[in-house]
Amino acid sequence: MTDLTRLNAVDLAGLVANGDASAVEVTRAHLDRIGAVDDRVHAFLHVDSDGALAAARAVDERRAAGEELGPLAGVPVAVKDVLTTKGVPTTVGSKILEGWRPPYDSTIVERLRAAGTVMLGKTNMDEFAMGSSTEYSAYGPTRNPWDTDRIPGGSGGGSAAALAAYEAPLAIGSDTGGSIRQPGAVTGTVGAKPTYGGTSRYGLVAFSSSLDTPGPCARTVLDAALLHQVIGGHDPRDSTSIPAPVPDVVGAAKLGASGDLTGVKLGVVTEFTGEGAEPGVMAAFRESVEALAKLGAEIVEISCPHFRYALPAYYLIAPSECSSNLARFDGVRFGLRVGDDGNRSLEEVMSLTREAGFGPEVKRRIMIGTYALSSGYYDAYYGQAQKVRTLITRDFTSAFEQVDALISPTTPFVAFPIGARTADPYQMYLADLFTIPTNLYGGPAISVPCGLSDGLPVGLQIMAPTMADDRMYRVAAALESSVGAFTPPAL
Amino acid sequence: MTTTLPAYDEVVARYEPVIGLETHVELGTNTKMWCGCPTDFGGEPNTRVCPVCLGLPGSLPVANKAAIEATIRIGLALNCSIAEWCRFARKNYFYPDMPKNFQISQYDEPLCFDGHLDVEVNGELVRIGIERVHLEEDTGKTLHVGGATGRIHGATESLVDYNRAGIPLVEIVTKPIPGTGALAPEIARAYVAELRDVIRSLGVSDVRMEEGSLRCDVNTSLNLPGAEWGTRTETKNVNSLRSVERAVRSEMLRQASVLDAGGRIVQETRHFHEDTGDTTSGRSKETATDYRYFPEPDLVPLAPDTAWVAELKAALPELPRLRRKRIQQDWGLSDLDMQSVVNAGAVELIEATVAAGATPAAARKWWLGELSRRANETGVELADIGATPAQVAELQGLVDAGKLNDKLARTVLEGVVAGEGSPTEIMTARNLEVVSDTGALTAAVDEAIAANPAIADKIRSGKVAAAGALVGAVMKTTRGQADAKTVRELILERLGAA
Repeated sequence: MTDLTRLNAVDLAGLVANGDASAVEVTRAHLDRIGAVDDRVHAFLHVDSDGALAAARAVDERRAAGEELGPLAGVPVAVKDVLTTKGVPTTVGSKILEGWRPPYDSTIVERLRAAGTVMLGKTNMDEFAMGSSTEYSAYGPTRNPWDTDRIPGGSGGGSAAALAAYEAPLAIGSDTGGSIRQPGAVTGTVGAKPTYGGTSRYGLVAFSSSLDTPGPCARTVLDAALLHQVIGGHDPRDSTSIPAPVPDVVGAAKLGASGDLTGVKLGVVTEFTGEGAEPGVMAAFRESVEALAKLGAEIVEISCPHFRYALPAYYLIAPSECSSNLARFDGVRFGLRVGDDGNRSLEEVMSLTREAGFGPEVKRRIMIGTYALSSGYYDAYYGQAQKVRTLITRDFTSAFEQVDALISPTTPFVAFPIGARTADPYQMYLADLFTIPTNLYGGPAISVPCGLSDGLPVGLQIMAPTMADDRMYRVAAALESSVGAFTPPAL
Repeated sequence: MTTTLPAYDEVVARYEPVIGLETHVELGTNTKMWCGCPTDFGGEPNTRVCPVCLGLPGSLPVANKAAIEATIRIGLALNCSIAEWCRFARKNYFYPDMPKNFQISQYDEPLCFDGHLDVEVNGELVRIGIERVHLEEDTGKTLHVGGATGRIHGATESLVDYNRAGIPLVEIVTKPIPGTGALAPEIARAYVAELRDVIRSLGVSDVRMEEGSLRCDVNTSLNLPGAEWGTRTETKNVNSLRSVERAVRSEMLRQASVLDAGGRIVQETRHFHEDTGDTTSGRSKETATDYRYFPEPDLVPLAPDTAWVAELKAALPELPRLRRKRIQQDWGLSDLDMQSVVNAGAVELIEATVAAGATPAAARKWWLGELSRRANETGVELADIGATPAQVAELQGLVDAGKLNDKLARTVLEGVVAGEGSPTEIMTARNLEVVSDTGALTAAVDEAIAANPAIADKIRSGKVAAAGALVGAVMKTTRGQADAKTVRELILERLGAA
């Protein structure tokens, strides 16, 4: 019999719809796979077997009753632990939320349930999505299925690793500075950051509100588009949500799969093809650019002069917002509470709780952000960073007057060994060098596997104008059709 | 403080006060500022809450349009400019009754700014500048149990009720008000009273100081004539109009005594005490909390449509001060009479009574006379006395029709206040109608004449003034239900003295 875990979401949905496999069978196969390999990968923080099987049974019953099923009904999905799930533990990779079971579903999870997808469980992540390797999870690192001594990227390393390890065909991530795309690149999977406001943040535990964007992760571009279609669209509970329909990402992925990019003009970002990236990464990227040209795309070089200020601007804006967003974790209403022995004051309990509950990277960013927002420093730091943000947005808008989409390597380097960059925060921050500008601008971007460097996956990033998410799916699908998929060695 | 305070007259002779007021008004919207939870007062603790107003991880605010509209209307009524584009901002500080440990407020981009409110004090108009009107969210309420002071320090347990968390709150800040001299306390009070009336007339809040839906902080400083303004203090917990006046006065006296002794005023928050009428030191603002304001990234900027704002402006109700002026003219009242109507809180009541058919004079007589007296005795607001304008108009109608005399009408009104029914119902039920049947009256008159022959003789001999004694006797036997004038005429007629 076919190994169901090797199939893509679109094929699994077809089997369920045709009655060739039940949703329960599909779900069991994935739960078994998790049972078999996750002690080596550690993609999951919580596996909700009972909930998954119940959801699968409900799909099977609906099918038996003759109800029409959605395009992803019966397909398992792994959800990054940053999204609230009613009654199911949600930790954000932090000790401070250990054991918390939210009383409500995030909009994304609500839509996943309504679409008949089957939530397998919650995936590992850097604490509060702050990190690029998943090593900052309070519950231990996730390992890259391509080489379990290496990192799977971050912060959404759990979701990407679950895909690469065939533990799930679909996953949800969140991208604040690259947390969907960078793990996608280093695990040989597809990760898409939708337009900011194109996917709801309601129920996404905030890191940096003006940057956080939930989005789809999959092993193929079409699967990612199908998932994007299910989770995207306006949500009245998120006032930054864009009141417009999801661009036709599925149609665009199908169009791109035909392998024809005639009439599409792509700009290679000059600033991201210099010395910042490893030679192996650059080699794979250049080969892919040639492949895109062969598919009919016109390739030009585009300079985005302010992109080099993106990283410092990001490391002021994101910590500033996080210093405020994370203030609510005080032990008063939910989660961890430390030192409440009847002798300590409320302030002491709050303080001890935060001291014990947050890890070093989270504390570092809270301190940077608190400082940057302080009276007397605000203009020099937060204010200045916002100006840089405006300049970066101008770089994008002027580039998109010349080209349909921008392309670059997704990351400067392939998956690095666990522990290699934890000693120096700056070395870790460089992992997001190429992904951060898009977050500051708010447009969509996707990472698609484009080759290997020393046997490890390399990703190509496609950046599109806001609300032109369909455009990046077309280019990504075309490249995928040309270079093919990359399969990791057996675990 | 044991030092003797200087006399108020001396203080205002030596120093010039500058005052300023920050007023918080809880809006009467059906739902909270960022979520759909109900806002009504009361309710078991923590029953009107949801992930949003509890600040649970992942929750997001969505602005309440009704609250924005109410704030713009307040701003327009206070002659403010309305921002074409502005943002909410986060005010960051830790406190257990603040679910997110930041308050969503507005900082350097208030929704309404640069207005004024004209206030009448002793017949003179004083223009109070309005710095800004902005929208924010209320906090929950903390109850500190086990400590001596009810404050957080020394408490053994702290209980928090989040029902109030997220209720829309409008903050109205005046510009500094210099040059008020000895009138500073009165002007402060008059401003808050006028502001309350304006907001009540807009119907956007019930503005009850005793329930906390209108809360006031009073800033006060003193300076020597011609010198720079002094350091100000901010007095909180000022919960009635009378307290506003007392708080300013008491703070002026305290500051003068400090300055007289060569001391300096510390910029701080002070708490007003209703019982003693003085203020005590709260937290010092010299090492002020840095609130680290920044634009709220979870909310899109506010850009009120100018056509909508113009519509709101056109639809504003007549403002209380102008309305009072018009009413005073319509009713033909002197300034003093009008003042007593306003002070009694009777403007709307009299207006409604007149609308129900009574003359302004009669309506005013009932509300300012009998009903005000009862309200004062029982300590309730005139509006809550139990008699409605319609009932008062009906009562006056019965008097005008000759069915009740003044004394009987008062008895009927007692019944109305006691909830016995409408004036007509009470009159009938208690058999209080004026006896107008001449047959029965004649019998009572004859009886009185027969019982007082000496007086009757006097009247017969032309001393008509003596008739008063017989009128009294008849009124007694008819239990006051006769018309005294009719009785008198009847007596004179029977005795041939007419």
